[in-house]
Amino acid sequence: MKEHETLEQRLHEQGVSRRSFLKFCAAMATMMALPPGSATAIAAALAKVKRPSVIWLSFQECTGCTESLTRSHSPTLESMIFDMVSLDYHHTLQAASGFAAEQAREDAMKEFNGKYLLLVDGSIPLKDGGVYSTIAGRTNLDLLEEAAKGAAAIVAVGSCAAFGGIPNANPNPTGAVAVSDIIKDKPIINISGCPPIPAVITGVLAHYLTFGALPALDNLGRPKAFYGETIHDRCYRRPMYEQGKFAKTFDDEGARNGWCLYELGCKGPTTHNACATTKWNGGTGFPIEAGHGCIGCSEPKFWDAGSFYAPLPAPAADVTTVAKAAVIAGAVAAVVAGAIDRGKKTKAQQSREKLTVDDLKGE
Amino acid sequence: MEQELLLWVRGTGLQIAAAVFVIGMVYRMLHILMLGRKKSLAAPRGSEWSGGLRTMWKRSFVTTKLSARGNFTVVAGFIFHIGFFITLFFLTQHIDLFRAVLGLHWPAMPRGVIDMAAVLSIAAMVALLVHRFIDPVKRLLSDYQDYLSWILSFLPLLTGFMLLREIGFEYITLLTMHIASVELLLVIAPFTKLAHMFSTFIARWYNGAVNGFKGIEI
Repeated sequence: MKEHETLEQRLHEQGVSRRSFLKFCAAMATMMALPPGSATAIAAALAKVKRPSVIWLSFQECTGCTESLTRSHSPTLESMIFDMVSLDYHHTLQAASGFAAEQAREDAMKEFNGKYLLLVDGSIPLKDGGVYSTIAGRTNLDLLEEAAKGAAAIVAVGSCAAFGGIPNANPNPTGAVAVSDIIKDKPIINISGCPPIPAVITGVLAHYLTFGALPALDNLGRPKAFYGETIHDRCYRRPMYEQGKFAKTFDDEGARNGWCLYELGCKGPTTHNACATTKWNGGTGFPIEAGHGCIGCSEPKFWDAGSFYAPLPAPAADVTTVAKAAVIAGAVAAVVAGAIDRGKKTKAQQSREKLTVDDLKGE
Repeated sequence: MEQELLLWVRGTGLQIAAAVFVIGMVYRMLHILMLGRKKSLAAPRGSEWSGGLRTMWKRSFVTTKLSARGNFTVVAGFIFHIGFFITLFFLTQHIDLFRAVLGLHWPAMPRGVIDMAAVLSIAAMVALLVHRFIDPVKRLLSDYQDYLSWILSFLPLLTGFMLLREIGFEYITLLTMHIASVELLLVIAPFTKLAHMFSTFIARWYNGAVNGFKGIEI
């Protein structure tokens, strides 16, 4: 396998003009909130950089993350991702299959040992020896540990790889865990979301190629540039929340007038993501703009946090039944205590001895 | 971690708090009622019922008769309680909670009213605490329960106001703190002076009923 050509050569071959390339760099710099002059710096760095080898492992996932990346309309920044990197293994996208596909992965791992980027989508099942998800007869755990050894960095794409996601949801029958639960000695960046925003994946890779390092991360390992604020912070319906204007159903006058979806279960206030600013489908909109509340998909345990349609103040567990049982328990306890009191009173009354003249004489 | 904490206070934590609060309150209130009173053998000069009910209602308002306790305490205490009730029962988010738990709901008050009620309530509480420190009689009468009750009632108000305005911390942190502070209040309330949230009505009833029986004008 020969050394990959530079990104500029590759783009030139594909007929991408220098102008389009600079636009892409400016967009990346803006998205990541870098200083104004950094677009040219990104361009200079990206032009020279050798396209890194990328191995993409898909575990317990629904291919939604790959869909998100590839199904965005063309031409997009997202499509350029495949020109920026050499995607040497991705079992959904590659032409090769069977032994040839696995051979491609092994070749890339050998050739670019210590230099390749490992992208993972999907969680890893650990229960029963990891039998619940295998590729070419090998468990996900086995493949991940092997591929992680030679990786320069790991990008966990989507909430399943980042936090365990849906497979990890209660009762977690396969014992699914996140990449970071297994790999402890490599830099890991979590790009959460179900699916994550395509531009975020592109942005993180552009940052890595430009600066040779991962961007600043929050306490959950997510790039701060995209996950630094909540959906609620940047929501265009925020003024409605402040004014206390809440839609009560999905079809009332409030909903039609774009009132806040808080009471319809929107998890925007507790969800960190860039949906409200970067948006989806080429900037068309995001779920709240389409009239549906945020379901909090870029946060850990989002599937277990109660109904998507229950407002945040509503309990995440059945409190009503507990309270009903508590009323009975409290009443029973009170009746028992009352009976004991009454018993003591009666006993005291019965054992009371009347004062007699003889008693007085004895004094 | 933050999400897990929030999930816990919204789920298991709330279940525990609700169970302790309801068991504790039902037990204590029923227990008080079951103690009962010895039947008076005197001829009644008035109605127990009318006296009891009228007292329960009338003592909910500031009257000149109460000023013997000190106008400041009465007025500031009244402002705190009214502010507390308004924020507790008329904030949209709280009505959402009642609807989810009890199935009952009612119209909310505008955010401006809630904000004002919360600020007045917080200010009244601070003023009452300062007064408790300054006034020698009150200071002598206060024990740890008074300060504990103050803290337990103040924290939900303060964190709630911070949450509405997103002051100091992120929404998720404030929401977790707010719910946790309410749960702390729920767990401790039945076993301290805070049980007066229910027992005060029993006390008023007995007071009023005794007076009514004796024919005292209420």
